Amino acid sequence: MAEAFQFELVSPERLLVSEQVESVVIPGAEGEMTVMAHHAPVMTTIKPGVVTVKTAAGKEERYVVFGGFADIVPAGCTLLAESAVAVGDIDRTDLARRIQEAREDAADAKDDEARSKAEQFLSQLTTLEGAILPA
Amino acid sequence: MPSLKDLRNRIASVKATQKITKAMQMVAAAKLRRAQEAAEAARPYSERMGAVLANITQAVGGGGDAPALMTGTGKDDVHLLVVCTAERGLCGGFNSQIARFARDHIRRLLADGKQVKIICVGKKGFDILRRDYASMIIDRVDLREVKTLGFVNADAIARKVIHLFGEGSFDVCTLFYSQFKSVISQIPTAQQIIPAGVASAPAAAADGGNAVYEYEPEPGEILSDLIPRNISVQVFRALLENAAGEMGAKMSAMDNATRNAGDMINKLSITYNRQRQAQITKELIEIISGAEAL
Repeated sequence: MAEAFQFELVSPERLLVSEQVESVVIPGAEGEMTVMAHHAPVMTTIKPGVVTVKTAAGKEERYVVFGGFADIVPAGCTLLAESAVAVGDIDRTDLARRIQEAREDAADAKDDEARSKAEQFLSQLTTLEGAILPA
Repeated sequence: MPSLKDLRNRIASVKATQKITKAMQMVAAAKLRRAQEAAEAARPYSERMGAVLANITQAVGGGGDAPALMTGTGKDDVHLLVVCTAERGLCGGFNSQIARFARDHIRRLLADGKQVKIICVGKKGFDILRRDYASMIIDRVDLREVKTLGFVNADAIARKVIHLFGEGSFDVCTLFYSQFKSVISQIPTAQQIIPAGVASAPAAAADGGNAVYEYEPEPGEILSDLIPRNISVQVFRALLENAAGEMGAKMSAMDNATRNAGDMINKLSITYNRQRQAQITKELIEIISGAEAL
């Protein structure tokens, strides 16, 4: 069994998770990464995606996050999410609304840079939708 | 001299008022607890955010790639004030306190020859500031429909501010809100959010944050993502503090009102009883003197 470390998932509204975990999979802006104990200090932004938490007790929990960033130090990992919900509680209409908004953003974008950013965000959201809503 | 009936009516109406204020006080107390919980739940996020921001600021070292939101435009001519007040009255001096504080600030800025723009969050502040500075109010945010304050609300305001900044319509942005100290004391506070205060930088050193971080993507890029988010967080915190403060102020204001109504009822009851007594005495005298005359 791997060593446990402290993981915290915080959204502006509340502290969702604060416990000892074995590993966490984070959807980093430049690719997914698995964080385990004694990870080298890294700071990364995250894209919309699923965070998979494997707790020290061996349970696996999944959370959907919409952007934010992660602060990883050897002693623990803090994930500051712009908004986060447990996968079980995800609201389909909310997700659809976000996608709709992203679509509008992409359509309204003034310059190429903003448009590519918005489109990237949109594609991340649709991938996310595909990943969590087949059920 | 009011008649007995008038007095009875007045006592009844004051009693009704007292019931209302009492109910409002209890509602405010319940809401206060919820608002306080919300404010507390939001605290870890803003604390972490502060720590991370301090850390990353250090990494970037205020170099050339620091975003404009952080360094400012280098000018100090146009000030944007975001004044957050409550949506409803009946909470003592809460709203006027913030408005007065903002007004003093505006006066000072104007005296220095600066240009001032105002965004009002909340109806009450708008009503007060409109009297003197109607021409300076460029926007108002209405949160009356909002049941529970969410991060989305704060984010919308922050986005508006950042958008304006992007257009170059102001140089310095200050947030006005009331800091929640306790139920009876709320302190009006001004907080500069653009350019972001770099005061947090030394905190990182104390935090032992000198570990060598890897950044993904580049620090500058993270920073440019982080700063707007930090502004949203500050606004969110201000809104939450305000919500708690409003409820606290309302609670004590309604408590006072209830007590005043109680005093008034006592006074009116005494007058009422005296008058009733006087009337009885008068009737007795009439009967007795009538009997004696026989």
